[in-house]
Amino acid sequence: MLRKTYDNIDSIGRSILSIKASNVHNKELAEVLYPNGEKSFAQVIALNGDDVTLQLFQGGFGVSTDCSIRFLGKPVQVGFSDDMLGRVYSGNGRPIDGGPELMSDQIRVAGPSINPVKRLIPKEMIRTGVPMIDVFNTLVRSQKIPIFAKAGEPYNRLLANIATQTDADVIIIGGVGLKYDEYHYFKQRIEDAGSRHKTIMFVHTHRDSIVEGLMVPDLALAVGERFALQGKNVFVLLSDMTQWSDYLRQVANAQDQIPANQGYPGDLYSQLASRYEKAADIDGAGSITILGVTTMDDVTHPVPDNTGYITEGQFFMKDGYLELFGSLSRLKQQVNDKTRSDHRSIMNAMARLLSESEERVKAQKFGSVKDDYSLRLLDYRKTFQEELMDPFRFLELEDALDLCWDILSNHFKKEEVGLSSELIEAYWPPKGKFKILINTTHE
Amino acid sequence: MSKTKGKVVSVNESLVGTKITSGAVINGEVAYIHIDGDKRLKAEVIDVKKGGIVYLQVFEDTKWMKVGDSVAFTGLPLAVKLGPGILGSVTDGLQNPLYELAEKEWFLERGLEVSPLDTTLKWHFTPSIQKGDSITGGAVLGHVPEKLFKHKIFVPFSVRETYVVAHIVPEGEYTIADDIATLKNSDGGTKVLQMAFDWPVKVPMPFYERSVPEKPMPTGIRILDALFPIAFGGTACNPGPFGAGKTVLQHSLARHSQADVVIIAACGERAGEAVEVFKDFPELIDPRTGKSLMDRTYIVGNTSSMPVAAREASVYMATTVGEYYRKQGLNVLILADSTSRWAQALRETSGRKEEIPGPEAFPMYISTLISAFYDRAGVELLPEGEMGSLSIIGTVSPAGGNFDEPVTQATLLSTGAFWGLSRALSDARKYPAIDRIDSTSKYPSLLQKEEVLYLLDLLRDGKSIASNILLMGEKGITDESYIRYQKAELLDAVFLQQNSFHKVDGVTDPERLHLMFTMIKEIIDATVVIEGKETIRSHFNFIRQAFLDWNYMQLNDKNYEKQKSRLLILVKQMGYVKENV
Repeated sequence: MLRKTYDNIDSIGRSILSIKASNVHNKELAEVLYPNGEKSFAQVIALNGDDVTLQLFQGGFGVSTDCSIRFLGKPVQVGFSDDMLGRVYSGNGRPIDGGPELMSDQIRVAGPSINPVKRLIPKEMIRTGVPMIDVFNTLVRSQKIPIFAKAGEPYNRLLANIATQTDADVIIIGGVGLKYDEYHYFKQRIEDAGSRHKTIMFVHTHRDSIVEGLMVPDLALAVGERFALQGKNVFVLLSDMTQWSDYLRQVANAQDQIPANQGYPGDLYSQLASRYEKAADIDGAGSITILGVTTMDDVTHPVPDNTGYITEGQFFMKDGYLELFGSLSRLKQQVNDKTRSDHRSIMNAMARLLSESEERVKAQKFGSVKDDYSLRLLDYRKTFQEELMDPFRFLELEDALDLCWDILSNHFKKEEVGLSSELIEAYWPPKGKFKILINTTHE
Repeated sequence: MSKTKGKVVSVNESLVGTKITSGAVINGEVAYIHIDGDKRLKAEVIDVKKGGIVYLQVFEDTKWMKVGDSVAFTGLPLAVKLGPGILGSVTDGLQNPLYELAEKEWFLERGLEVSPLDTTLKWHFTPSIQKGDSITGGAVLGHVPEKLFKHKIFVPFSVRETYVVAHIVPEGEYTIADDIATLKNSDGGTKVLQMAFDWPVKVPMPFYERSVPEKPMPTGIRILDALFPIAFGGTACNPGPFGAGKTVLQHSLARHSQADVVIIAACGERAGEAVEVFKDFPELIDPRTGKSLMDRTYIVGNTSSMPVAAREASVYMATTVGEYYRKQGLNVLILADSTSRWAQALRETSGRKEEIPGPEAFPMYISTLISAFYDRAGVELLPEGEMGSLSIIGTVSPAGGNFDEPVTQATLLSTGAFWGLSRALSDARKYPAIDRIDSTSKYPSLLQKEEVLYLLDLLRDGKSIASNILLMGEKGITDESYIRYQKAELLDAVFLQQNSFHKVDGVTDPERLHLMFTMIKEIIDATVVIEGKETIRSHFNFIRQAFLDWNYMQLNDKNYEKQKSRLLILVKQMGYVKENV
């Protein structure tokens, strides 16, 4: 079908263009036709009479006033087929791994959310082998949960580890604002783990336009959702959503939107939510689990703050450790009473004692910690960190639970740990006989 | 049906500008935008501007709309259908029942509408008026059994004049679409009534006679019932940073509160949380009624990925349904989670309208809207000595967990209880993580006033001694202070903390609350004659252990009394042993 082209461009910005045109649909896809025959994509984001505002997928640089715009009469779509597994795509849905374009079905992007009554209550634990996750903040199928970390922490390594060590049928990596070496790392990790045949990557690196970066989560989730509807258990990894939010801020700013907090648009919450909420265990089909990365300096920053209200918890990474405080899995209660009878109780007891020891750390600065109990608490804290907080130590859940008992009995008396007498009888190790803990310097 | 028509002139996400082509437009009325052939999207007039331009907020995704699409105005405000069949149902923010929608599509496609209440279901109607009776708005035509209650069928409250009953159907089975009564007034005007009627969601239902909330509503949560209670008809503000336990607290309230009807308004929050409620509740038996918990529950879900503009509607809709069940003479509790999301939706729309922003870009009028919303709670004295109440507990999700932001502050001004959730407490796993010192309530407790002060006193002492210990170490304070500190810690550990996931500990009824208080008081009043911090701590560790074991036992457990006497012996023994050394 021949489509009308328009060539009276009004203004060109960094990522936005406006033009006079009529009979244009909101969110319609368009092509920017350059005088030299090149093409790029754009999407309608606002209409006002004849004025049409478009978001430019490749940015505004190099767009000239004698470019013309052709509206394509369809919304943004993404191809979908099983042959996508093993392939790498850019933020505009084109393959960038040198392979051929695929003939595939076109599916809608950023579609409506699933009816809540079609969701199942998440109830299946995902074993990751990471003690801080399995014991303290259990990951559950269909959970949406980000890693909160400063830039530079090994969050992508953890993300890749979790995805490849678990039983996902399909892994979809959505890279937003990746450094080239991070992109390379993901590719390598997936290859090494032998997971390439079940992985699709959508990658936006710093050399690509921010609008493509903005598209990545939607493409990844649209494809993931389709696999889930086929009955597959899908893992979607999104790294890094802080950069994504930053791109959102730039585009909102270019549209003269009134900023809410720290320049972010007022709809940051809704924008993040409509992506994360794609995570679901679908009644009569498969599931989508979303693991994200939110880089941050401070948890009260608008991006982690809004994210925390949306996701079902977060894993907080600091100095290479997975922290207990600041981390949370909201769904753990759904599963951690079905693992082992001591799981919940020991998780709580360990946390309570660790929190007590944190108090002593503060007090230590005043030089007021001298009593035996406080010193034992401080010792316990050290063991806890060394034995449990390394995100790259692999332990089966049961071994990790035994390790917890070893640590408790190494530092405390039975009546100090606040566990029910019944559990203590069943699990408290005999003096000096540890199952997992190697008895070295701590006594 | 009004004949007002218009055409779309601008589209900016959910805000759509329309040029009126014929007829008059009412601020607040509902309009439908016809797009893409056969789809019609529901919208609401929010602003009328110069030159016949009207702004609509659209309750659905505006994708594929274009300039020139036609708009039909209804002349009616956004309304909710009130009648039997609401209890036990789950709807979206515009009262579309979700289970029925799911039969059409798995995803929430645009433009789908389903009748809010089942129009084919038959109800057993018993009339309570006769032909010839004079009646007006609010009069009872009769009643039908709905779940646990006798559901009164009213003459719509909007009816002002007096009418005479010309016809009323005999006792029998009718649907909400059947005509059940015909009324005539002196001017010859006629009204034909069914069992359900519409009420505009943004108009508060008038009180028959308003009274003040002064009777505590047991929630099963000890820290609330004892220290920071809510009353039937009262309001509470429940702010907290994410991860401090708001959701768990809300679910606990939904399960255990001694209200007759619980309405959950899931506004802009996670879908998963609403799912947990409507999939779990049908299986749970309410011990007070012996029936499924879902029988007393109504869920309005406009979750975070649903269209933003419908968030506001969802909160008002829940409230209107609440007012309606209050008119039935019932005690209703609304859990609004979260009012911040509603405020954010207003902020989004306000920004698109390019209104001058207030603090943190919220619209200037946000505090007025919040206050007016909480004012819809209250106690209502009904005809014939009946009474109903509507309580609202609103959660607030302040940005960065900072309570100084506009929504928290406006909510604090309008509510009677403040339950501040603290990240420090939740990090320490001291759940419910409601701040023991800064929270407040103006409602009466289940305990006596002096008993409450007695507990608060100990908590404050405990806090100040704790800060001394931090500065000077345990050695820096006297044994006497240390004992006081341990008592405060014990009170926190065995009474204020509660394991909401435990069958027994998760809910404490008023009777047991008093039993526990008596025991706590026994322990606190007991003179402890032990020396040395280590020994003192160990003494209290034993007591804590025994108390927790006791908390986990049912009242009719065979070991309950045994454990209680063990605990009492423990309290006395250590003191006694020491005295005889």
